[in-house]
Amino acid sequence: MVRLEPRRQHSQAMVYLSPVLAILMTLVVGGIIFAFLGKNPFDALYTFFILPINNSYGISELFVKATPLVIIAVGLAMGFRANVWNIGAEGQLTMGAIFGGGLALYFHDSESILLMPAMFVLGALGGAFWAAIPALLRTKFNANEILTSLMLTYVATLFLSFLVHGPWRNPEGFNFPESRPFPDAGLLPIIFEGSRVHLGTAVAVFVVIAGWLLLSKSVIGFQLRVVGKAPQAARHVGFRQKRMVWFTLLLGGALAGLAGLFEVSGPIGQLQPSISPGYGFTAIIVAFLGRLHPVGILFGGIIMALTYLGGELAQITLGLPNAVTGLFQGILLFFLLACDVLTKYRIRFGAIAAKGRTA
Amino acid sequence: MNASLVKRTLAAVAAVGALATGMGAAQAEDVKVGFVYVGPIGDHGWSYRHDIGRQAIEAELGDAASTSFVESVPEGADAERVIRQMAQTGHNLIFTTSFGYMNPTEKVAKQFPDVKFEHATGYKRADNLSTYAARFYEGRYVAGVIAGKMTKSNVVGYVGSFPIPEVVRGINSFMMGAWSVNPDVEVKIVWANTWYDPGKEGDAAKALIDQGADIMVQHTDSPAPLQVAENRGVLGFGQASDMIKFAPKAQLTAIVDNWDSYYVARAKAVADGTWESTDTWGGINTGMVEMAPYTNMPDDVKALAEETAAKISSGEFHPFTGPIYDQTGELRVAEGEVADDGMLLGMDWYIKGIDAELPK
Repeated sequence: MVRLEPRRQHSQAMVYLSPVLAILMTLVVGGIIFAFLGKNPFDALYTFFILPINNSYGISELFVKATPLVIIAVGLAMGFRANVWNIGAEGQLTMGAIFGGGLALYFHDSESILLMPAMFVLGALGGAFWAAIPALLRTKFNANEILTSLMLTYVATLFLSFLVHGPWRNPEGFNFPESRPFPDAGLLPIIFEGSRVHLGTAVAVFVVIAGWLLLSKSVIGFQLRVVGKAPQAARHVGFRQKRMVWFTLLLGGALAGLAGLFEVSGPIGQLQPSISPGYGFTAIIVAFLGRLHPVGILFGGIIMALTYLGGELAQITLGLPNAVTGLFQGILLFFLLACDVLTKYRIRFGAIAAKGRTA
Repeated sequence: MNASLVKRTLAAVAAVGALATGMGAAQAEDVKVGFVYVGPIGDHGWSYRHDIGRQAIEAELGDAASTSFVESVPEGADAERVIRQMAQTGHNLIFTTSFGYMNPTEKVAKQFPDVKFEHATGYKRADNLSTYAARFYEGRYVAGVIAGKMTKSNVVGYVGSFPIPEVVRGINSFMMGAWSVNPDVEVKIVWANTWYDPGKEGDAAKALIDQGADIMVQHTDSPAPLQVAENRGVLGFGQASDMIKFAPKAQLTAIVDNWDSYYVARAKAVADGTWESTDTWGGINTGMVEMAPYTNMPDDVKALAEETAAKISSGEFHPFTGPIYDQTGELRVAEGEVADDGMLLGMDWYIKGIDAELPK
């Protein structure tokens, strides 16, 4: 019989080393898979992980792709730490894009420099509003936020679809489902000339630092950690669980909303039926890849973004199928979880150890 | 080191060098064609047919052309990067095969004036950006005629993707075809709000059959609705490709997208240096719209379908011939006149007699 036995004391270093180990093992297994597909594994790995970032444009695209992932994941990590499972960041992202983008459409001939800040505020409010619904349902009726937040994602996506097919459709767009292009005042400034890296990327870095300070230095950050790790103790010392639910959902929603606004007022430049290829869901993986730590999430987001870029290039230059991207992400997550399990538990063969055995 | 080894090494280096320059020269003349697909190439519908067209280029041009593709590219921020990567990796002809790629294609086309771009189903053009699409509504009219003849319950189920002009035009054309042979036909429409989601498409088909539909029409890309028709013992039409494999007893015909000859012609034009920016909207007569073999129907219906398709192909008949009224009773196309392409391209109204409301 094989069973897992908790390690009494697990290495603190391994907690941070395990993502690195997981990445290394992913590379090895990935190479083997490429070899089976009849490709030179070194060429393939080079194409997947180095070629996308061997020029400045590639690196800039890496940041563009990682920006929404990092912003959302930092917000989600706060909740996950306190056992608040917001799975609906995709919907909050969409509502942020609708609220903030709606403002740009309403003032579509504006040149005011106030438009952009106002869009920031509305984008965050839109996401927070959408996350407030699961928060209310959880605190008032004890409804599971995993289900409610997930289901609200579909509502948000359909609402966006309704808007761009109907009232917000571009009057000069031949009835196709897309809004007017945003005015220049409603487009995020580009930070690096000639790239698509926009102000949102700078905000993402700020979010990482702020999230780190919040977690490590603030009272509420301390409460988050205690509520998650020792709910009984938290109740005992009077931390209010409901307050944690509200705080983490509103914060996560606001950040997801902001990420959505950045997508539509950055690389996309208008509202259209699909604005995100599932960033809200991928960010969940990023949050765990980054150990629910803002700085870790920054790296996790960049690695996840790299797998997308690599997947595209592997298709273009090697003729590999798109499924390779998903395969890599799956293998990475698998090894990460496996390393985690082995950090915290040890594998024991044979029957349960004799009673009374002490270490 | 002896002299002969040095000589041999030098010779080898020279040979490799010659080979390399030779390859370089060949590559400069070659056509490198890139394709961006919105779905997986295994959708057996839209993206699948574009990929068949890509393979036609390889078969026809042989060593003179190489092709590559990226599948399942979301119609958002990612499209621009993929298109740009293709332009940067030496592709000189790039087909972007979904409406949502229009703005990114236009943007990248501006940055790469020497690369030729072709965008399917859009309306933005430039000196190095062509558009192309097919008049699928012609095939839908033929399908309508068949449905009008074959239905017993007089209820047709229609699985739509999104209420965009392309799809609305198809519904109108289909119903005009059906009513031309059977004025009692009614249509029930379900919007799946997706181009490709076999689960959702299949559910929509089941709901329609439960409401009495005995003919299944779809404007989504997977064979799922037709497979449901096959399982439930009703008839239906294939979409984008010949789906007879999936429904040998149910498929009446399929409206097949055939991009092969267009893609081959455009690739050859790039090779010859004769490529020009164009706006192509090809119908049955150009081969872009093809009817799959007529099956599971009596000979007289088959003959009628063939005749209708032939008349449309020759230009003798246009599906959108007036008088055409919309649902409010307004005359949109006068008697004896034919709807112009502008009206067809922006169609956002149902014809009179369709008992449904267009989602706004």
